[in-house]
Amino acid sequence: MAESTGPEDRVFGDLLRRETQKGTLRFMTCGSVDDGKSTLLGRLLFEADALHSDQLAALHSDSGRFGTAGTDLDYSLLLDGLEAEREQKITIDVAYRTFATSRRKFVVADTPGHEQYTRNMATAASTADLAVLLVDAERGLLPQTRRHAYIAALLGIRVFVLAVNKMDRVDYAQSVFDRITADFKALAARLKVDEVRSVPVSALNGDNITRASDWTGWYSGPSLLEVLETISAERGAEGPLRLPVQRVVRPDQSFRGYAGTIAQGAVRPGDAVVVQPSGQATTVARIVTFDGDLGAARQGQAVTLALQDETDVSRGDVIAAAADPLEQADQFAVHVVWLDKAPLYPGRAYQVKIGHRTLTGQITELKHRIDVNTFDKHAARHLDCNDIAYGTLSLDRAIAFEPYATCPTLGGFILIDRFSKATVGCGMIEFALWRASTVPWQDLEITKAARATLTGQKPLVLWFTGLSGAGKSTVADAVATRLHGRGRHCYLLDGDNLRHGLNRDLGFRPEDRVENIRRVGEVAKLFVDAGLIVLVSLISPFRNERAMVREMMGTDEFVEIFVDAPLEVCEQRDPKGLYARARAGEIGNFTGIDSPYEPPETPELVLNTVDTTADALADRVLAYYDRELG
Amino acid sequence: MVTELSTLRQLEAESIHIFREAAAEFRKPVLLFSGGKDSAVLLHLARKTFYPERPPMPLLHIDTTWKFREMIAFRDACARDGGFALLVHTNEDGLARGINPFDHSAALYTQVMKTEALKQALDKHGFDAAIAGARRDEEKSRAKERIFSLRSQAHRWDPKSQRPELWRLFNCQLQAGETMRVFPLSNWTEFDVWLYIHTENIAVVPLYFAAERLVIERGGALFVMDDDRYRLNPGEAPLRRRVRFRTLGCYPLTAAVESDATTPAEVIRETISAGMSERRGRLIDQDPANSFEGMKQDGYF
Repeated sequence: MAESTGPEDRVFGDLLRRETQKGTLRFMTCGSVDDGKSTLLGRLLFEADALHSDQLAALHSDSGRFGTAGTDLDYSLLLDGLEAEREQKITIDVAYRTFATSRRKFVVADTPGHEQYTRNMATAASTADLAVLLVDAERGLLPQTRRHAYIAALLGIRVFVLAVNKMDRVDYAQSVFDRITADFKALAARLKVDEVRSVPVSALNGDNITRASDWTGWYSGPSLLEVLETISAERGAEGPLRLPVQRVVRPDQSFRGYAGTIAQGAVRPGDAVVVQPSGQATTVARIVTFDGDLGAARQGQAVTLALQDETDVSRGDVIAAAADPLEQADQFAVHVVWLDKAPLYPGRAYQVKIGHRTLTGQITELKHRIDVNTFDKHAARHLDCNDIAYGTLSLDRAIAFEPYATCPTLGGFILIDRFSKATVGCGMIEFALWRASTVPWQDLEITKAARATLTGQKPLVLWFTGLSGAGKSTVADAVATRLHGRGRHCYLLDGDNLRHGLNRDLGFRPEDRVENIRRVGEVAKLFVDAGLIVLVSLISPFRNERAMVREMMGTDEFVEIFVDAPLEVCEQRDPKGLYARARAGEIGNFTGIDSPYEPPETPELVLNTVDTTADALADRVLAYYDRELG
Repeated sequence: MVTELSTLRQLEAESIHIFREAAAEFRKPVLLFSGGKDSAVLLHLARKTFYPERPPMPLLHIDTTWKFREMIAFRDACARDGGFALLVHTNEDGLARGINPFDHSAALYTQVMKTEALKQALDKHGFDAAIAGARRDEEKSRAKERIFSLRSQAHRWDPKSQRPELWRLFNCQLQAGETMRVFPLSNWTEFDVWLYIHTENIAVVPLYFAAERLVIERGGALFVMDDDRYRLNPGEAPLRRRVRFRTLGCYPLTAAVESDATTPAEVIRETISAGMSERRGRLIDQDPANSFEGMKQDGYF
């Protein structure tokens, strides 16, 4: 590129240099429906000259078609992008906008105000440096304002800009502004918010959006845009090094590097580091980038580290400052935000993605659900969409982590449904719980294999699942009789019988069924360990928990047998009179009537009990046992 | 006290992070390469991401047969210099049916030669993730799309059931037949792209810079006659004008602007004083309001 020389060119050259140095502020906007968020943002873009002429032209023509602002420009239309939303006149998802002033670039996440879309708020808050919270001057703080402030604070936002909007409707009265500001500061103190800046605005008229309003002489502070241009809200730059390994780079034998984005702190060649959770200690040899080796790198940079010693590092490990390693644990006190239509049940297994590691885990216990309008704590046995709760996260392995408040990258997690693969929840680690994981596993002299040798059989679980009345217990009993006759050591765990003892405290709600299956699974596992062939006869209606039990067992130790009979047939048989009582409304949560049964997708065996006798089916199970497992 | 990373360095780091995540989690990712400036930036970032390794994914170009000749030459040079395997796919069925941008509506042509062609190529090679250079500032419905954006078995985008995307914890899991579109440049603006091209000295197609070109003025827009297939209406005559492109698609559907900018810095200078958003140059977006959203649901990028 030819270097320019004229005075005008020099001015432009300076501008270009400034542009390349300019930083970005990411913020979210939130507030109640009709507080005017979209209008405020549209106005901000308009006043900051961030709109192009064709966007303005579209705005003029759209304002006539969809607008709610009469003949004036409807700024909210700039942000409500999707057709469906235009029709409903409500923002239904997170919209990201960028604009820039001479001082800073901004990325704005505009989030919906009405209640059922809490998940979008949490999404926007997770990547925002600060929140602009809108309050309608006429209405003051509303339950939804509290809810949004709570969620933003829960996701770690520590700086709030309070925009007291529609000041024109209250005659620009200072008393109104002061009262709302004081109310919010009281709220912010409860939410551990570090900083609150309050600005009186009218998005409709443009007061104090980019320049001082003529109507608020009593307000000497900066305009909303000036606040955003100058406020400091960066997180996580201080603190010891944390580099979650994203990828192992190994182009050939001569080079091995560990790539990732520095989550916290800084690194220099020669720094002593430790790889977690393995605990191997080494030093940083090089910081490798395409643009040459670096003398130092810091939080936010995507780098590749080469280490001094031969080290075994995989994706998901964390490279940390040797003097200040991370805690490691497998059980945590966490906050959970539930994002899915299907409820969360304690004990149900999900995939948990944290840092660059994906593991199996469960929310084993819900301490309480939080009413985000009142901040009251309520007992909860399951969570519905948009619920927020405090509870226990249990992982199948120990990981290196940080509390979310210290380092969001190593303390935030998402929950993924194992079947639909949807993101169903998210959470934040508060601190580690020292429980089962701190009790070391005691190695015993007599092993599972030794016991199996003594019984002379392959221990395993034959898991009979199906509707009530399908014939599970009858077939399982016939199988047990045959195995016993052959001198096999077996035991039948019958769901109904277990409810008289081990599971007498459980009811029939989905959360009880999840726990019921978990316990029976654990008992079956112990019996297999003891060397027995275990037959389980249990409705076990949920695919998820049956899969969980399968994963608890070793390879070939879990045989899923679907005892299949249509609901009409089972209801006709009704051996215990339960269907009649369920139909009469005397029993609730009855599988097949008002509680779902999820049939197995790939069971080892399907037994149709409509046309075949229990004895013939038992012979089939035995034949399978002899062929595959005997 | 540490100073904050500049916007460009933040964006670069974020894109690299996204690239690495896609490479680590997907079985068979592919990099979509159009030959435009966003593609050039994406390729540059890919090389940075994986260095000192070569990027572990091939390039895929959907050739409608109506691309500018310079774009094709640029594409081949990029693949060669970057050490990428290059796959080119054309919808042969559409070609056989004679679908072209003159006889057919922009919507139909785009559907057949771009959207359908892309689906065919993804299915043919069994790619489970397609990485592309779309940006949220390009268009309103793009502004709401996730960085990791799920596609159904039929390659459809469902804006109402997008996965929540928290922090940088991207859920890359797929059910059988589903695929992912990955957009490392989601948070970049057109301005950022040019500033980065300027700062990093990235080569782009010369069509982005002003030169005397043979153009047709039609409906207030200028079209470059890239080859002799361009059909003139009665009374139309080619003119020589000094023009460049802000965006590049199929040449009969992409309008040029008059300009004197011959370097990235000069383009930036013009962009600062220009008052028109970038996709305006694309005729396919000018159909009824939000047609772009409909195209995306259908599987277009």
